[in-house]
Amino acid sequence: MLKKEIATVLDTSKSNGWVLEPDAKSILRSYGIAVPRFTWAANPEEALQFVRERGFPVVAKVVSPKILHKSDVGGVVTGIDNDEWLNDTFQAFSQMEGFAGMLVEEMVSGMELMIGAKMDEQFGPVILFGMGGTEVEIYKDTVLRMAPLKEQDVPSMIKNLKAHRLLEGYRGSKPVNREALTRALLSFSDLVMDIHEFIESIDLNPVLCSPEQCMVADARIMLIGR
Amino acid sequence: MNFRALFQPKTMAVIGVSLQNDQHPANVIFRKNHLRYPVKAFAVNPKGGSLQGETVFKKISNIPEKVDLAVIAARAEHAPDILSECIASGVGGAAVISGGFAEIGRNDLQETLVSMARKADFPFIGPNCLGIYAPSIVDSFFLPSERMVRPDQGNVAIVSQSGGILVDHMLKFKEEGIGLSLGVSIGNKAMIREIDLLKYLEKDPGTKVIAFYVEGFAKGEGRDFVLAAARCPKPVIVIKSGKSPGGSRAVSSHTASLAGDYKVFSQVLAQMGVVEAGDELELISFCEALSCYQTPIEGKIGIITGSGGHGAMAVDGCAAHGLLVPSLTTREQERIREDLSRSIKAIASLGNPIDLTGSAVDEDFISTARHLTTIPEIDCVLMLLLPYLPGITSDLGARLSSIYQKAGKALIAYVPHVEKFRMLIEGFELNGVPVSHSIEAAVLMAEALRRCQPC
Repeated sequence: MLKKEIATVLDTSKSNGWVLEPDAKSILRSYGIAVPRFTWAANPEEALQFVRERGFPVVAKVVSPKILHKSDVGGVVTGIDNDEWLNDTFQAFSQMEGFAGMLVEEMVSGMELMIGAKMDEQFGPVILFGMGGTEVEIYKDTVLRMAPLKEQDVPSMIKNLKAHRLLEGYRGSKPVNREALTRALLSFSDLVMDIHEFIESIDLNPVLCSPEQCMVADARIMLIGR
Repeated sequence: MNFRALFQPKTMAVIGVSLQNDQHPANVIFRKNHLRYPVKAFAVNPKGGSLQGETVFKKISNIPEKVDLAVIAARAEHAPDILSECIASGVGGAAVISGGFAEIGRNDLQETLVSMARKADFPFIGPNCLGIYAPSIVDSFFLPSERMVRPDQGNVAIVSQSGGILVDHMLKFKEEGIGLSLGVSIGNKAMIREIDLLKYLEKDPGTKVIAFYVEGFAKGEGRDFVLAAARCPKPVIVIKSGKSPGGSRAVSSHTASLAGDYKVFSQVLAQMGVVEAGDELELISFCEALSCYQTPIEGKIGIITGSGGHGAMAVDGCAAHGLLVPSLTTREQERIREDLSRSIKAIASLGNPIDLTGSAVDEDFISTARHLTTIPEIDCVLMLLLPYLPGITSDLGARLSSIYQKAGKALIAYVPHVEKFRMLIEGFELNGVPVSHSIEAAVLMAEALRRCQPC
């Protein structure tokens, strides 16, 4: 995506206060940050078209400017493996407040990490990295760095996590792809430096990291002046 | 901005002295500088007259010499006029001691001072502060001389938003034998802020360590400060107050919730190699250690003592701070053992921690310490000395210090801080080796050397 197009997305999302997930993922992709293959389906046919090309299983998520916390309202369904289920899911989502389509994307797996950003009053843009998933605020295993990140920041960020051994290969498991993780962090840092005037915070959570890849499974970009 | 007139003044004017009340802050400041410092002090009050036999000038412009530093201790509403007169008279800079500005809501009055000063490129400290303490040069604190505890002249500078914290730490510097190069209380920091003093002190040849007490930075100011601190070749130490979250702001994302203000502060400092002191004991220990050594270590600690308990406590302390205490090889232990005196040869345990036992004498500590300088697996030695052991003399401090100076390795001593052991302590301190008053503080000193690099 061109810078101008990102500015347009941010501008049109402003009244909503945050960027819809498909838009957020397009922005990430334009910075070279890996996201699962997805489509933003306006009708069941478009959803079915996606699985005909990519195959099952898929994840479906409701797209609505009124729904920030999708799983709280049953707006995320994983492991869909047939046409009927996909169609029923679309019908169910279409009843939800502010329905603006359905995100259909391929299922990816990996260790759940999190990458985030926040505009700090005293220090400007800062990057957060750590163990992700829904329990992030329980374990609080995260590190913070002032942006922009330099490549040499990444090893110390990983080392400073309590769970760093999990990333480095623990009890026979393979380590996560360090190069892909480094690339994701540095590209994210570039993005943050480019759009920091517009954002309040960003959550990429989970970022699914495996020995092969690091993919952003969910993205939330919160804008300033909400 | 040129800060020379502020911190190395040859002449000063104290503005706002009282002709009736000799306890007035301005009178205290005038008196102490007039009587005790080389700076030539002039008193100013619009009424004129005389104070302690010296002329009180009605106006700054009446002072017959060029004034380097003006200390303004008059009421806040007079400050703008006084400042403008200082600028017109070619004064070099000012410390505005008076309160009654932004801290009580008079931002307008404060802004007037700032805009006048900026236009004239006229540096001023404050307002609402104690100002400047430059050892053997000038002292703008309104605290009577007999009440103050003055540290020796040395190489640590402290910049503090709070005057009280600064004075208190000067007292602790004195207790611990840490020398001060400059103390500045910046109060409301209307014009001169932490980053300005960081840049000045970076170039100040008398300063090797720069410590800050910070309550908070303005928008974006923290960023500029840490970037400047990261570029500064001298160790920078920061202690922060106001760490607990203020109020319960609704947070919309995990990142916003996990990246609280203090957490960001602390981790960004570490990222940039700024040494954050968590509390006063850390601040004092870090200042003392870094005033002696400015080269970072990896944190591989050798421990030498005459008491097994001290060795074990130090090992626990090191472990808690992530410092390593590597075991010595059998071969290294044998080399050390060969040189020990006969009475302890069979009973000393040399694995690290090294316990030379209560029967050790000076020579045992010296030969062991010398061996450790040659072992690359050790980059810092903690020497825990119990001067009540009969074999230890007061000369040991100076003798050990000279070995480590030659070897270029960090040596940190622990000696109980009581008067009768003073000569032993000074043997270390006067030869550039820090001495802690507790095992915990000795470990913190090693921690400081490990932390003064980007994490």
